[in-house]
Amino acid sequence: MTRKKRRLYMLGLALLGLGTATALTLTAFEDNLVFFFSPTDLQMKVAEVQDRSFRLGGLVEDGSVKRQPDGITTDFRVTDGVNGVLVSYRGQLPDLFREGQGVVAEGKLRPDGVFLAREVLAKHDENYMPPEVADALKRAEHFRAGETTLVKE
Amino acid sequence: MIPELGHYALVLALFVALVQATLPMAGAATGNAAWMAVARPAALAQVLLIAVAYLALTWAYVVSDFSVMNVVQNSHSLKPMLYKVSGVWGNHEGSMILWVAMLAVFGAAVALFGRNLPPTLKARVLSVQAMIGVGFYLFILMTSNPFVRVIPAPLEGNDLNPLLQDPGLAFHPPFLYLGYVGFSMAFSFAVAALIEGRVDPAWARWVRPWTLVAWSSLTLGIAMGSWWAYYELGWGGWWYWDPVENASFMPWLAGTALLHSAIVVEKRDALKTWTVLLAIVTFSLSLMGTFLVRSGILTSVHAFAVDPERGVFILFLLIIATGGSLALYAYRAPSLKAGGVFAPVSREGALVLNNLLLSTATATVFIGTLYPLFLDVLDLGKVSVGPPFFNATFVPLMIPMVAVMAVGPLLAWKRGDLPGALKRLWSAAAATLAVVLLTVWVYGGPVMAIVGMGLAAWATVGALAELAERVRLFRIPLRDSLARAAGLPRGTWGTTIAHASLGIAIVGMVGSSAWQSETIQAMRVGDTAEVAGYSIRFDGVDQGIVENFRTDIGRFTVERDGAFVATLTPERRFYPSQQMTTTEAAIHTTWLSDVYIALGDPNEAGQWTVRLYHHPFVPWIWLGCIGLVAGGLVSLSDRRLRVGAPERRRSPPAAAAHAAE
Repeated sequence: MTRKKRRLYMLGLALLGLGTATALTLTAFEDNLVFFFSPTDLQMKVAEVQDRSFRLGGLVEDGSVKRQPDGITTDFRVTDGVNGVLVSYRGQLPDLFREGQGVVAEGKLRPDGVFLAREVLAKHDENYMPPEVADALKRAEHFRAGETTLVKE
Repeated sequence: MIPELGHYALVLALFVALVQATLPMAGAATGNAAWMAVARPAALAQVLLIAVAYLALTWAYVVSDFSVMNVVQNSHSLKPMLYKVSGVWGNHEGSMILWVAMLAVFGAAVALFGRNLPPTLKARVLSVQAMIGVGFYLFILMTSNPFVRVIPAPLEGNDLNPLLQDPGLAFHPPFLYLGYVGFSMAFSFAVAALIEGRVDPAWARWVRPWTLVAWSSLTLGIAMGSWWAYYELGWGGWWYWDPVENASFMPWLAGTALLHSAIVVEKRDALKTWTVLLAIVTFSLSLMGTFLVRSGILTSVHAFAVDPERGVFILFLLIIATGGSLALYAYRAPSLKAGGVFAPVSREGALVLNNLLLSTATATVFIGTLYPLFLDVLDLGKVSVGPPFFNATFVPLMIPMVAVMAVGPLLAWKRGDLPGALKRLWSAAAATLAVVLLTVWVYGGPVMAIVGMGLAAWATVGALAELAERVRLFRIPLRDSLARAAGLPRGTWGTTIAHASLGIAIVGMVGSSAWQSETIQAMRVGDTAEVAGYSIRFDGVDQGIVENFRTDIGRFTVERDGAFVATLTPERRFYPSQQMTTTEAAIHTTWLSDVYIALGDPNEAGQWTVRLYHHPFVPWIWLGCIGLVAGGLVSLSDRRLRVGAPERRRSPPAAAAHAAE
């Protein structure tokens, strides 16, 4: 095989690989991108998120955490200071889950408007605030301009 | 006084590195032997200085010197000694000291053992190595100085994040960094070769041992991190396709490709420009891994508090290192002479396919990891890319790779015989069929899992069949076969061990994702729960105070069909110094599967949240990873790859002249 032919062959293979990867990536993106919404975002996008998995972020509202009688399901409200969404999660919450702290939950919105969380993201460090949450809080604060701030950290 | 000494040593190391980065490079360009000779003592001086800095910081931790800010923030006088020592690298500043220390050690290793390197190449390699060093010394001194004092000194420290007080994680960062930094050697050699304008088999023989060291360490580091996540986080998973995990996985994938393409350069003098590019990319991905983890720009389940200023600094380092080396590559690579010709079906061809698939896989992981960041920067919304994306892109690329992996080593260099190779893999094909049928019979599905189990059998038995073929097992007397096996090069053994181990690890990955059973229950003392045929009785909770934490220890009795299996004691620890709780899962392993219990909170009604899992084949992941590392180390012990010995091997005339002292 001549060098030229080999080069052509390699180029073909490389293009095939690249093409496959692009196709795989694009199809996978279509189905698997998980969007992030704050409770305020959600107010405007309820129609869009039906049956889609997404991430909800904000602060765990003080006094809202309630353990259900089954001993495993926990209900709490996630708030950005303007709006709040009721979240229901069945399972063990991360060790650093606390009222008043930032939280990111992944799951779907039930038709009754309750967010059914499949996963509540854990943090390894209590000073850590997920960047999306910090941003969502900032936007909400801007929205309520003039009121006292809710973000303490 | 001692911390100041460390600080001073660090500043001195910066200046030594500055000299080492410039003089030898200029010397190599102008042919000034005296300037080039500066590299060796400078590299050794760097090690000495950075050792002083490192020991000074360790000293501050060991004696709990709370006048040092870094110790206050990350240590506690009651912390066990192991975590005082490992706490040095358990935080950002200290881990960066470890980073440069390793960089200096690698540089010194070249200075000491690279006696038969051509003097100009050696001078340039050490120079490039020192340039990386300068960047990181500046980074430490300007943004992350661990020797900063705090006045007045507090009486007690804040303690190390309790999640990190764990033997699995204590040694995770050093191995990970050894891998990241180890790839700097391949990078320095690649940049030096571009400046020299020549890449030949001798060059590949110098690069391979460093790449092997780096790759083995990185494999071990990633495996330890995964193992830690498995038992310490209490979620029962071992890989989440999380950005921080991907950050270490991308250099691993690229490094694996580099390891294989360097073989082609060494044996066949082909794929040279590609190998140089891979070396640059692999180290750039290592730098990017450091950047992603340290800047905190991505939401990660493993995220720690971070400082954006540091992220910007590392980003600049990344841009200079990657941009500079790629520009040099674009300028110089065309001048590298192309080497040996080969047919598509050949050992080289198989290795090219391996490289294509691995780099494509790296690219998909890269896109999935950075896409959210990209959208965020362009203000197009906040998204995250989760496991389904990676499963849909990464897995399909790995299927052909594993399938080819068994065939490749059986093909001859230059022109291979595919039907012949496949014929010699009949035992692997039979094993694959048997495993597929067994899987269908026992589990019945899903399809992907059956494919995965078949592939795993194909990879493992294929690797062993190749070995059997080499020693002509059962075709000549067994004693002669054993003699042949003993005479095989270590590199061949390494390949077989690593390839067979990958198959074993795949069994674990497939099995645990397809057939895991999980139940979460609120249990009172005396309750019994069932998972995957095991019945688990909750016998009670003991409380205790150990060193720097309080602990609740659950007692569970595991039974199967009425017969006693094990007593498991998962723990829930509370660290008062950080007001933080951690989970220590209890695991009973049969080597075929794990029974896994994590203890949660008690509620007002006296019930404890308990997570019970049955993880089939998870121990095989750890066995497979140990095997991969062992394969790397066995290859490394091949005398042909020994850093001091490459000139003894017969080499093409050009390389021989090049290697001559």
